[in-house]
Amino acid sequence: MSNNLSVYNIQDQIVEEFQMLGDDRESMIFYIMELGQQLPALEEEYKVDQNLIKGCQSKVWLHADFDGEVLTFKADSNTDITKGLISLLLRVLSGRKLNDIINAELNFIDRIGMGGIIGSQRSNGLAAMIKQIKLYALAYKSKLGV
Amino acid sequence: MSDVGNKEFSGAAEYDVKSIKEEFPILNQEVNGKPLVYFDNAATNQKPNVVIESLNEYYRLHNSNIHRGAHTLADRSTIKYEDTREALRRFLNAGEVEEIIFTKGTTESINLVASTLGNQILNEGDEVIVTELEHHSNIVPWQMVCERKKAILKVIPVLDSGELDMDAYSELLSDKTKFVSCNHASNALGTINDIRTIISKAHSIGAYVLIDGAQATSHLEIDVVDLDVDFYAGSAHKMYGPTGVGFLYGKRAVLESMPPYQGGGEMIREVSFSGTTYNDIPFKFEAGTPNIGDVIALKHAIEFIENIGKSNISKHEQSLLKYATDKISKIDKVRIIGTAKEKVGVLSFIIEGLHHFDIGMMLDSRGVAVRTGHHCTQPLMARFGIEGTVRASFAAYNTFEEIDTLIEGVEKIAKLAR
Repeated sequence: MSNNLSVYNIQDQIVEEFQMLGDDRESMIFYIMELGQQLPALEEEYKVDQNLIKGCQSKVWLHADFDGEVLTFKADSNTDITKGLISLLLRVLSGRKLNDIINAELNFIDRIGMGGIIGSQRSNGLAAMIKQIKLYALAYKSKLGV
Repeated sequence: MSDVGNKEFSGAAEYDVKSIKEEFPILNQEVNGKPLVYFDNAATNQKPNVVIESLNEYYRLHNSNIHRGAHTLADRSTIKYEDTREALRRFLNAGEVEEIIFTKGTTESINLVASTLGNQILNEGDEVIVTELEHHSNIVPWQMVCERKKAILKVIPVLDSGELDMDAYSELLSDKTKFVSCNHASNALGTINDIRTIISKAHSIGAYVLIDGAQATSHLEIDVVDLDVDFYAGSAHKMYGPTGVGFLYGKRAVLESMPPYQGGGEMIREVSFSGTTYNDIPFKFEAGTPNIGDVIALKHAIEFIENIGKSNISKHEQSLLKYATDKISKIDKVRIIGTAKEKVGVLSFIIEGLHHFDIGMMLDSRGVAVRTGHHCTQPLMARFGIEGTVRASFAAYNTFEEIDTLIEGVEKIAKLAR
């Protein structure tokens, strides 16, 4: 499924949603958890060790599907907050052309002040997820030889 | 040492939690915009002014290496260091001050016994008994020595309540049993073990007993002579003292029979290249310059507990535990892990359908500090078929209002449970 809004517009949208929650850390975490609970579960066949992202404290499985034009991701985790975080990433990066994913500049994490909300360990995990998503795009690109 | 900040607390008066809390400057702060509620006391508890002042004063006025100096500061530091040993002797009601060895903490104390006496007396086919309730620190050192000596590690199972299966224990004991090592109270569930029975049964077949007292020292009365225990281990930082200091109590005769632990300074009597003779206990086990300032501060932590009265602290913590247990039991989807009749102030729970990490983070956003995870007791978590729990653990300075804050948070989070 292709992503209609630009990487930048979607990030603006996410930042606005968080701004509506005010400056309350608890509300933000609740919101992230609710997003996590809404993320569709990943099919069991994809919850395999080779899909696990290294560097996350929680278990995070990421499955990539490339249809020749756009790269779509599905993901899951054993904790709702982590699922919420990855659902935000997928909203920005899933369903896009390879170059759009590779070149995407992610600013919403800093703009929300996510590091202060989720703490250093989960921030490291979030960085590992971004890295893995971009690595998939790079791998498909090199496979295509374009 | 001046008595700066050292308040006297009368055990007879009503328990004045407000005054006690005021002695802990760290507790007077906001976290995430909310007043800090510190319920991670089983991991480490906070330090009163007397301990903080002692550390400050030591480095401002007394710092010097101990035992061998010819000058005034060295003498002063030595006296203060040895004063803590005497305070610990009194705290544990040990017979002799030489029976107290300073270590880095409970973990090192257990390693010391496992790698000296364990190495000395275990033979192929001998058995060491631990329990399913143990912290990894009271499993791994024994696994290591058992592997080295081809001995066998046996485990006392835990009942659904979190209590030890004492019938199973009796059946495990045999003439092959050389050690029994068990905690006084469980860090993960709070269970207080019947160590008196554990010790006497082990002694009836001639086995040594080590009690891991990490979770007991600031909550339970300890009398090592009355218990007739061979070894008792603890950590200063779980008794309002500094990190990096702990102790091992051992019976004189047993300690004297043991080989040294580490080689170095202090533990020797005479060194030549043809051989070395070792110092007497306790110095035989204290190689190298110890953690002098922190050991000295520990005395003030001990006195802090003694001034309030351990039984007063314990009574207060039991009231908190009962209050919290009653309230949390009424919340839908919450399950308490560990329902032993006798518990220290530890409340471990899960919320069905939610991950403990998420619960911990939600509580943190309300200023409530709890521990989440397996609490270094993975075999115990496996026994209950869970990955981990949320653990709230209580100390002398916690209040009923703080428990209300915890409960409100849990009620709110539990609504997200599916």
